[in-house]
Amino acid sequence: MGTPAMTVKAVPREITMQAPVARCADQGSISRLASIAAGEPFETDTHDAIGTEDAVLEVRDFKLWYGEKQALFDIAMNIPRGRVTALIGPSGCGKSTLLRSVNRMNDLIDSVRIDGQMLLSGESVYGPEVDVIELRKRMGMVFQKSNPFPMSIFENVVYPLRIDGIRDRSVLEEVCERSLRGSALWEEVKDRLKDSALGLSGGQQQRLCIARAIAAEPEVLLMDEPCSALDPMATGRIEDLIHELRGAYTVLMVTHNMQQASRTSDYTAFMYLGRLIEYGATEDIFLNPHLRETADYITGRFG
Amino acid sequence: MVWLTGGALVLSVLMVAGLLLLVVTEGVSTFWPGPLVEVTLDDGRVLLGEVNRVEEDPGSTARITTRTMLRTGNFDVSGTHFTWFDDAAVTRTEEPEWAVLFERNSWGRFYGIPQELLIDGEVVADTPAAVWRRFLQLHGPCRDRLVERRSLERDEMGRLNARREEARLRVRAALLDHPEGSLPVLQARENQQKIDDAADEEFEGIAARIEQLDTENRRYAIRVLTADGSGKVMALDEIVRAFPANRQGTGGKLTIYLSRAFEFIFDEPREANSEGGVFPAIVGTLVMTLIMCMLVVPFGILAALYLREYARAGWAVSAVRIAINNLAGVPSIVFGVFGLGFFCYILGAWIDGGPTSPASAGSWFVYLGLLLALLGAAVFATWHRTRLPPARRSEQNFLLWVVPALWSGVALLFVTVVWFSPWFNGFYRAELPNPTFGKGGLLWASFTLALLTLPVVIVATEEALAAVPGSMREGSYACGASKFQTIWRIVLPRAMPGIMTGIILAMARGAGEVAPLMLVGAVKLAPELPVSAVDWSGSVGPLPTLFVHSERSFMHLGFHIFDLGFQSQNSEAAKPMVFTTTLLLISIVVILNVFSIWIRGRLRKKFVASGGF
Ligand SMILES: Nc1ncnc2c1ncn2[C@@H]1O[C@H](COP(=O)(O)OP(=O)(O)OP(=O)(O)O)[C@@H](O)[C@H]1O
Ligand SMILES: [Mg+2]
Repeated sequence: MGTPAMTVKAVPREITMQAPVARCADQGSISRLASIAAGEPFETDTHDAIGTEDAVLEVRDFKLWYGEKQALFDIAMNIPRGRVTALIGPSGCGKSTLLRSVNRMNDLIDSVRIDGQMLLSGESVYGPEVDVIELRKRMGMVFQKSNPFPMSIFENVVYPLRIDGIRDRSVLEEVCERSLRGSALWEEVKDRLKDSALGLSGGQQQRLCIARAIAAEPEVLLMDEPCSALDPMATGRIEDLIHELRGAYTVLMVTHNMQQASRTSDYTAFMYLGRLIEYGATEDIFLNPHLRETADYITGRFG
Repeated sequence: MVWLTGGALVLSVLMVAGLLLLVVTEGVSTFWPGPLVEVTLDDGRVLLGEVNRVEEDPGSTARITTRTMLRTGNFDVSGTHFTWFDDAAVTRTEEPEWAVLFERNSWGRFYGIPQELLIDGEVVADTPAAVWRRFLQLHGPCRDRLVERRSLERDEMGRLNARREEARLRVRAALLDHPEGSLPVLQARENQQKIDDAADEEFEGIAARIEQLDTENRRYAIRVLTADGSGKVMALDEIVRAFPANRQGTGGKLTIYLSRAFEFIFDEPREANSEGGVFPAIVGTLVMTLIMCMLVVPFGILAALYLREYARAGWAVSAVRIAINNLAGVPSIVFGVFGLGFFCYILGAWIDGGPTSPASAGSWFVYLGLLLALLGAAVFATWHRTRLPPARRSEQNFLLWVVPALWSGVALLFVTVVWFSPWFNGFYRAELPNPTFGKGGLLWASFTLALLTLPVVIVATEEALAAVPGSMREGSYACGASKFQTIWRIVLPRAMPGIMTGIILAMARGAGEVAPLMLVGAVKLAPELPVSAVDWSGSVGPLPTLFVHSERSFMHLGFHIFDLGFQSQNSEAAKPMVFTTTLLLISIVVILNVFSIWIRGRLRKKFVASGGF
């Protein structure tokens, strides 16, 4: 899995496994976890590094309920523009829920209720006058399991444009090529654009979904465990890809893979039981976490 | 357990295979000409015919206990089509070389040995071979003349009569709206006079031509000697097909077989349907199935889309779903009764003659005003709901049932306003009391069967929609697609193969249904096909188009089978036709299905096949 990504942003695994415990001065872990579980309010430890960045997405006191059950508690975080931000945390802590709240996919679930605010480039996401459809067009989303549409590769990629009513063949072809090149799939499929997308391999399908997500040049790219169903080779390619998208796109990515988070992201947010626990530069979170819970989670001591 | 389940499967497969085998063997062999046998019995009787059946005779005490049923035909001479005899009583059996089987326009088959050929009453040939030679020369032209005569009688004269009828109806229509002696009535009468005169003239020409053909055909006749030694003279044009069966080689028999099969598929029935073809029934079945599909497919898909994609799950939706499933279990005759009672007698009568008790103009305007007011309210409520922020839950929930209620009210009032309109007097008032749409017909039969097959389509479509992975919908929404775009571009294409399955099932069911059709328009013998080629030349352009007469009664293969099997006076002779018609019906259903399955396969390859992982 030797990838160029590692040379840019790599944090060697050995360090992440040992260093935090040694350097973490914080000792109040057990009582704090218990108090979080008991539902007491918790102040996120947000590193100063976040404040130096230009935020494309601001989340303010965001709460979310599935029916009676609260899944997100007072989330406050700024997602820096043009950077890759990773969301980590144990299963069921609300990472997907938070990600899906950004492009309001949770609207599709009847029982969901929200409170708080989100701002995308300064404009409200949940305001009463917001057109959800237009809002979603400003973001791309990649799901855990690839979900190509039952149509040709070409039509899959240009789907976001098609639903905007764009018919101009030359525009569509140009976007198709650019997006497929962007997702590193062009060379493999350029001769079979008319074939069904369902005939591609799993890794190719996932890269196709990424191509589709970036076709409309979104402001934010949301990825929910994009590599969890892929083999190491395909994972490597997609990690490379995320790295290349960096700068041009803002990426918010959920992952369970600590190495992946450390290799590909600039910033990392650690969530636990619906709270944002600690949020800072990836290097700091992995090498120098402020909180003991973060260190424990990263070294695999719980979660 | 394995043996039990496997055994059950084997048993069912065997039963289906046995059924198909029976239908296919019986159906395929119907047209194959058998030998003609002449048997002499010990009481001196001589019989000539085809062996129909041999069976054990329980009452017999002789050494040979079987008895045989011989198709002896010659109904007009002997008064019977079939004769039984004990095989023990047979003294001699022969297959006479020159025994000829005549199939005739009426009276059934005739068996005998050709004796003389007569032209203008004079004998021109008097040995079987010579008679047969002349017969072969003369028979073709005679038949051609008969065909021409029939076409003149039916098509040309039918056209004239239709024109006269139309002119007569114009007069009646004018009389309904205007008093006798007023200008429109006078004009209509004048027009009728003109058309009658023209038709009379043309009629004379046609009648003369028919007379000419008849005179020519009357010149040719054949005298046939029957087995019991009496003679019978038959006009040549009466004979549909004749052949000396015992002189035929395999090639000859094959020719006869194909000729009979061709007649079966492309000709009209004769002799109370027990002979001839079933072409009108094929056309009727196909046209009805197609119209039914055109009705049931869009309706079923739309209903299923609403149930699965738009309706909020709740007790109302569950109730509707249960009702639909129960609809699939309702006996089909019930649909027939409903079709007759509602479509024919209520809807059809309304189309024919307008409302029976129209509202007075005043109250009608009140209804209209109410309708417009309610429409406005419904539109406003719908619009208001879409722009209401989701946070205002209570108001949302209130509108949730108000909006559908308002729209239901609009629909109800709309129906009322149209139904009781005092300005509508029916489209076919002049024809009354003869109903046009107010009786069974192609359209109502299609409606009834569409209703019958609606649950099949809805259930299959719902299942297909439910099988579309949620991840695909989410992917589409995440791209910024609206609900409609998601359904139209992703969900429907993906569900198409499943929907096709529903359509196939509906078609198979609709094409094979008989009971309700008996009530809503299928008939034993339809005078005209329900489709006709209309020559628009003169009006729109030179395009000959197929016109579907949706009010006409029609013939249907399923009903035809029932009629042949149970309503025929000559059931023994009709029996082979039952099997052949059944075979044909099964083939049509199979062809329709294979075609749809082929389309489904192509769709599936395109939309569903999954690679990867
Ligand atoms: N549609 C839903 N209805 C009700 N509760 C839900 C729904 N989706 C998620 N939840 C609950 O919300 C909480 C957060 O779920 P979420 O899917 O966001 O977790 P996650 O961090 O993505 O977990 P994983 O790492 O396993 O994907 C969980 O307790 C889950 O049970
Ligand atoms: Mg998740």
